Amino acid sequence: MKQETQGKEFWFIVGLFIVLLLAPFALKRFYIYLLGLIFVNGLFAMSLNLVLGYGGIFQFHHAVFYGVGAYGTALMITKLGQPAWLAFIVGPLLAAFVSLVMGVICIRLSKLYFGMLQISLGSLVWVVVYRWYDFTGGDNGIHGVTLPSLIASTKGAYYFTFLVTAASLLVMYLIVQSPFGRALQGIRDNPVRSEAVGMHVRLQQLVALVIAGFFAGVAGTLFVVIDNSAFPDMLFWTLSLEIVIMCLVGGWFTFFGPMLGGAIMVALRTFASTYTEYWTLIQGIIFMLVIIFLPEGVLGYILRKLKPHKEVTAKGEY
Amino acid sequence: MLRVEGITKSFGGFMAVNGANLEVKQGEIVAVIGPNGAGKTTLFNLITGILRPDDGKVFFKDEKITGLPAYRICRKGMSRSFQVVNIFQRLTVFENAQLSILSRQGKTFNLFSPSKRLAVDETLKILESVGLVNKRGHISGSLSHGDQKVLEIAIALGGSPELLILDEPTAGMSPEETTRCIDLIQHLSKKLGLTILFCEHDMELVFAIAQRIMVMVRGQSIIQGLPQEVRSNKEVQDAYLGENENGTC
Repeated sequence: MKQETQGKEFWFIVGLFIVLLLAPFALKRFYIYLLGLIFVNGLFAMSLNLVLGYGGIFQFHHAVFYGVGAYGTALMITKLGQPAWLAFIVGPLLAAFVSLVMGVICIRLSKLYFGMLQISLGSLVWVVVYRWYDFTGGDNGIHGVTLPSLIASTKGAYYFTFLVTAASLLVMYLIVQSPFGRALQGIRDNPVRSEAVGMHVRLQQLVALVIAGFFAGVAGTLFVVIDNSAFPDMLFWTLSLEIVIMCLVGGWFTFFGPMLGGAIMVALRTFASTYTEYWTLIQGIIFMLVIIFLPEGVLGYILRKLKPHKEVTAKGEY
Repeated sequence: MLRVEGITKSFGGFMAVNGANLEVKQGEIVAVIGPNGAGKTTLFNLITGILRPDDGKVFFKDEKITGLPAYRICRKGMSRSFQVVNIFQRLTVFENAQLSILSRQGKTFNLFSPSKRLAVDETLKILESVGLVNKRGHISGSLSHGDQKVLEIAIALGGSPELLILDEPTAGMSPEETTRCIDLIQHLSKKLGLTILFCEHDMELVFAIAQRIMVMVRGQSIIQGLPQEVRSNKEVQDAYLGENENGTC
């Protein structure tokens, strides 16, 4: 029974992969861009969910690392004149480094206090980016980042984004299933117990924060690839909230939930904002409805419907 | 194996533990008893590093461990269960026990090997010994209270301890579950040769399995000795047994 459902899941993913691989041949340019945007936001939300859903860490200002990744990449290319491929590696690493520094400062606090301090520190980073006209372009941001010709076209950027996102998801999936991922979930459920079985809780969480920061940086870099730009809003705290909403809407105790949440929110934002200026109002209403009617998120709900007796069927496991 | 000397801890102005002494020898089953609020759980928290003592010393295998963080003390071979159920609610029974083993093996920073293939035999062996093997696929939060308390012990065993500390192992259990738990503790002591330190309100349980008993009253240890010595001690009768013959259970 279990084997069968797992097989189905596997073939669903393979099918989706093929469809997305062929999608650019059937879609208009705008929709290709939109799909790319969904990958970027989805990956971004999933990186947050590593620490939020799996780690139980209230990372309220995750956008900082997304922005740092994007700015790192964009500045490497425009201001420092480095090759783009190098910039693509430096961007995420820079995000991971910033995550490490902020993590070391914040990790002593727990739950809400962690989140508050994190928002404050993140806002400092935002101010620097927003005000430092000479280097970061201030509120104008950076536009027209030149990319290697291979990925400069819409299709090229799409494939690059798609493949990097897929690879990142695979790595994140392995991490979640690894002893490290298990330990992280254990700490989420019960930090006191985790320490009592010999885990260094803070160190474990810090490593998780760095990994999440790195993948947020990857998402930021990919945004530069599809949009050729970076701007200060990418590390403003309201974006962090939107990402949290994506996680909750998709289902923060599921692996792919945040990606689905990202797809839903990006698609809705794009279509709703052609009709109304008050898109955030719609976003708020959707968020409330999901919290009330689908507390496990959309994917959480679907999975529960598909496997109603998880506890029972899981009996024969191992 | 374990020696506690004059340990003290106050919360605000309240002396929760006030100069308590305790000794546990290799292979023994030692019980700590005392009225509610005597400081038993605080004493265990001080020994296992969850709390830092204000004063006093703790020695484990002749090594001073006073004030070390809990995870370091655990790695030295001391595992514990908690009075209030303290398990990984969203993980399965199997994963609960397995995580403890992975933690002992120092694998919690292993990022890429799939954990479902690691330490499987050992996990199953532990679940077998505590009688939870048939429920290994259940989400632990959905278990009955008694089973969750037993899972507590399984998690503690995952640390492959030399000294097992149980904080009220049978609290909230039904009579049948209590009987099973007594069998389990005796099994662990006899078959696996574990040294066991526990505290308990259930006097029947204490006198049934403890080889030596320490009595705590208002944060102080007033006697440690064989069960019959404790039973006949005047001070103990006044402070504890006299006012409440059968304990609270």
